Amino acid sequence: MNLRVRAKKKFPGFTLDVNFSVHSNRVGIFGRSGSGKSTLVHLVAGMLDPDAGSVELDGEELCNVEKGTTVPPERRRVAVVFQAAHLFPHLNVKRNLFYGFQRTSPALRLVDPDALIEILELRPLIHRHVDTLSGGERQRVALGRAVLASPRLLLMDEPLSALDEGLKYQIIPYLSAVYREFRIPYLFISHSMNEMRLMTDEIIVLHHGLVSDHTTPERLARERMGWTRAGYINLLHLSRPHEVDGMTAYEWGGTRLLIAGKGGEGESVFELSSKDILLFKQHPEAISARNLLPCRVVSIFGLEGRVGVELDCGGDRLIAQVVDQAVEELGIREGAELFAVIKASAFRLLY
Amino acid sequence: MFDFSPTDIQAITLSAKVASAATLAALPFGFAAAYLLVYSRLPGKPLLDGVINLPLVLPPVVVGYLLLLLLGEHGWLGGHLARWGIRIIFTWKAAVLASMVVGFPLMVRSIRIGMEGIDERLVQASRTLGARPLDTLMTVILPLSGRSIMAGATLMFARSLGEFGATILVAGNIPGITRTIPLAIYDYTNSPGGDRMALALCLVSIVLSFAILLLNEALVRRFKRERER
Repeated sequence: MNLRVRAKKKFPGFTLDVNFSVHSNRVGIFGRSGSGKSTLVHLVAGMLDPDAGSVELDGEELCNVEKGTTVPPERRRVAVVFQAAHLFPHLNVKRNLFYGFQRTSPALRLVDPDALIEILELRPLIHRHVDTLSGGERQRVALGRAVLASPRLLLMDEPLSALDEGLKYQIIPYLSAVYREFRIPYLFISHSMNEMRLMTDEIIVLHHGLVSDHTTPERLARERMGWTRAGYINLLHLSRPHEVDGMTAYEWGGTRLLIAGKGGEGESVFELSSKDILLFKQHPEAISARNLLPCRVVSIFGLEGRVGVELDCGGDRLIAQVVDQAVEELGIREGAELFAVIKASAFRLLY
Repeated sequence: MFDFSPTDIQAITLSAKVASAATLAALPFGFAAAYLLVYSRLPGKPLLDGVINLPLVLPPVVVGYLLLLLLGEHGWLGGHLARWGIRIIFTWKAAVLASMVVGFPLMVRSIRIGMEGIDERLVQASRTLGARPLDTLMTVILPLSGRSIMAGATLMFARSLGEFGATILVAGNIPGITRTIPLAIYDYTNSPGGDRMALALCLVSIVLSFAILLLNEALVRRFKRERER
């Protein structure tokens, strides 16, 4: 996908003024509330026209204020998944799903409805009324409805924000599966760093209506380590769980990770803060923490008094965080051999 | 109990006929006017709003007189219609027209409030899914306005049943042709010994109006049930 947005839009007390182009298929728009994320969605979808500038998708001008042209939303083939689903309340699940499909000419239909219904596990819901659906089910239907319109670009406007913490991460595998299957490029709008890391390859950071950074999820996560309380969040994709002494064990980094509590079936994603990793210079005698991993320092990056240490643990990567003094005392430098210690309870299951 | 004369019966059926015709004829216009007021970007919206609401604040007699000027044989529209052999004033059609004009703002108001309550994002969702404005109007806005349309129609029907001032000016008070219930009641109260029949027609009025309210409630409930299905 090639999306170029050069647009200005004024509101009382707020101005969006952006100029960027993105080329990945999985693009994130990251920013706090009030940074202009939703206005950007409106401009790209055609629900708003900019005061000046243009929006261009894959070489086609969707609007150009200087030339006085604008393509109406129904002809842009840009579908939106809203924060609160916004299903049509007078239609059942099936008619909601097919609303856009029926309005897409057969030649442009790229998505097989049966395959999509299968992936989103909507079969049992198909004849239900939308009022009877749970939050997560509603969001799956909203995603299905947008994808079935075979859009050139999918705009996901904080699709997980209205869901509670546990549910949020249950939806992400569906989003990923839909992308894997149908390869529809998307803009994923969110203020959650984890969602950005899991869903995108390229990120536009908005701040007070301006583009403050054009980066990658990994770079952004490392920069944020310097000032966020949670530190850097390591996301571990772990599979083939087996039970050991009431804990769950996974093969990882050439060794075994022990995690308190139960993991999911198949692949699970766990988060682990850089602050929860202790580094030792030598092999400790006996420790209460259940995970002791030999590792090698790959790189070091410093940020406002905190130092991020990128570790190679038998081929897998981890980022730990220490203070300046610790760097000297442990002799942390590229290539140094260390031991990382992690408590089994430090891992948090996302999905 | 009450001995209704044939002209009384005619007044009752005529009232029902006029109110029904006025309500049905006004519905598409009322819906269109509400849509324009809520969704269009017309520059003259406040003016349109004012014109639509004017009959609500004008005395019905004034509305009637203006209609008379417009539709009379020498009136601007009446003259044209006369050439086609169409006469409106002093026929039941004039009573329908008077009711339409007087009841219209009530209908528009009600539908408009309903439309304003429709989540803007449903309209946007429909557009981004490929629906043109007219398609969105028919498949999203119209079905979601159902209850307010019914409420507007009820209000207008009730207002039409009671219409007096404008009707008597443009339609007159011709027994069997343009005499509706309110005009018949007015007649009875002006003739000696007519009190009893005036009261009887008042009762008919009350029963009719009440029946409409009940019907509306039932429709609204059914509509809600259908939506929940």
